[in-house]
Amino acid sequence: MGEIFVLAEHRQGVLRDVTFEMLGKGQELAAAMGAPLTAMLLGHNVEGFATELAKHANQVLVVEDERLEHFNSESYQQVLAHLIAEHKPGLVLIGHSAYGMDLAPSLATQLDLPLVTDCVGLELEGGQPFAVREMYGGKVSARVAFRQADTYVATVRQAAFPVEEGAPLGGEVVAVDSPLTEEITYRKFLEYVEAAVGEVDITQADVVVAVGRGIKEADNLALVEKLAKALGGVLAGSRPVVDAGWLPPERQVGQSGKTVKPKLYLAVGISGASQHVAGMKASSTIVAINKDPDAPIFKVAHYGIVDDLFKVVPALTAQLGG
Amino acid sequence: MDIVVCVKHVPDTTEAEIAIRDDERGIEKRGLVFDINEADNYAVEEALLLKERFGGSITVLTVGPPEADETLRMCLAKGVDKAVRLTDGRFEGSDSYATARILAEAIRELGRRPSPIGYDLVLTGIQADDDGCGQVGVTLAEMLGIPHAALVISTETEDGKMKVHRELEGGLHEVLEIELPALLTIQTGINEPRYASIFGIRQAMKKQIEALDLGALGLAEEAVGEAGSKTSLVRLFIPEVTAQATILQGSPEEVSSELLTIFKNEGVI
Repeated sequence: MGEIFVLAEHRQGVLRDVTFEMLGKGQELAAAMGAPLTAMLLGHNVEGFATELAKHANQVLVVEDERLEHFNSESYQQVLAHLIAEHKPGLVLIGHSAYGMDLAPSLATQLDLPLVTDCVGLELEGGQPFAVREMYGGKVSARVAFRQADTYVATVRQAAFPVEEGAPLGGEVVAVDSPLTEEITYRKFLEYVEAAVGEVDITQADVVVAVGRGIKEADNLALVEKLAKALGGVLAGSRPVVDAGWLPPERQVGQSGKTVKPKLYLAVGISGASQHVAGMKASSTIVAINKDPDAPIFKVAHYGIVDDLFKVVPALTAQLGG
Repeated sequence: MDIVVCVKHVPDTTEAEIAIRDDERGIEKRGLVFDINEADNYAVEEALLLKERFGGSITVLTVGPPEADETLRMCLAKGVDKAVRLTDGRFEGSDSYATARILAEAIRELGRRPSPIGYDLVLTGIQADDDGCGQVGVTLAEMLGIPHAALVISTETEDGKMKVHRELEGGLHEVLEIELPALLTIQTGINEPRYASIFGIRQAMKKQIEALDLGALGLAEEAVGEAGSKTSLVRLFIPEVTAQATILQGSPEEVSSELLTIFKNEGVI
């Protein structure tokens, strides 16, 4: 297997964490294969990023083009197809992020390469890569094989791998001429829109009581709100509750919402999908109430109560004097 | 506006106990309740809203067994015009790539008919709740040769173009303009999916669901199933528990008082 390529992901002047997580994993795989690790950086005025990435890779391929200032899956696909055809890497790692999900499947299809998405594990066996990914909301794991190919593509779950703080690799920064020829007119980036701030900033609270799908109905929210009040905390929620319109988007905890790190995070009726866990796992103390003993939330919680929330929440509120 | 929506009939496993089959390549489906995939339900609603606004037609497609008719019929009951089930024993074992291939061929086949079903827009959910790959929609767009946008959280239509918001991380949205025909993968929360009316359900019972197999799509056997896939499931397993919560035992009152002690010890209250 040839070298390992990692697509550097950046937005609004910041290299995103998943880039370094992939480079850490990439370094481990590259060492096992005796292959070099290469970061691919696409953008406009990104010299600073190239210097930073060079510490984590043997080589940084930089494609500088003002048409790459903002992510666009169409232009990214054209550039990556060019780089992959030119260098024939053994493995290409892309973040399973809003960018990667928009890009990797069409790129792999164009180049007729096997792709495994949302990987939480990657390993080599007999020179062949295997992926581990989750199914059924994290209740089941799957070991997945790629069809034999010269180049394999994997998208990597965000925050699945740690960032390795090893000695700088001192990679070489190589400028590559942009292969983009004409303006892409059929898909154009217009602007970013920031989330509304809202009345309550849940990221600043010491106690966050978050409610999930288990609450069943909007009317039941009052029950949990009472508990939040008794604890002197704020009420937040997981995606299904916000999707249903029962809580405003600024109260959503998770990858696409807010990341919180309170002293106490109380998860009520939340199953613990990885997208949710990404937004709360750094909390000091995590308590989960859920009637499903197999709910993935119990893997991240410090304390768990396997019972009906409609019995436990009122009892707890009463003991808090609420 | 003519719209094709791809949907999947999936088991609801949020609160269910899951057992892995003896061959380790699937789960026991018996006893599980199946329904339309959550994100696909939002995709169907988005199609219905667009049709109400601009007219046109909606066709839903699914790759699945005869039981998937339940999901298709519910779509018909909500106002979808036509439902097609892509069914063949040889489709079994198809990965996301092979599934997209079946869908792409079906969309082409519908467009070749004497009274063709064309499309201005193809919608899918962002991912299926069972396998969670999030791969079929964007792969399908590439196969059809049309532009796409994934994780769409709002749409606005104007003169053969759409302005869509894509959901990025941390509450940030990206606004982009995309020319039609295009494919969008729809994120949950984009709208408020309706329930079918009793009248709609009755009407849907009378509607025909078309079933197309490998031969009808003109696909080679090697193009579908495991042979046509680029990835294969080696085995399923219950994830190893690396850390597990201390489970508090007892009545709601007992666990509450235990929690209170914990809160005090941790300096939370």
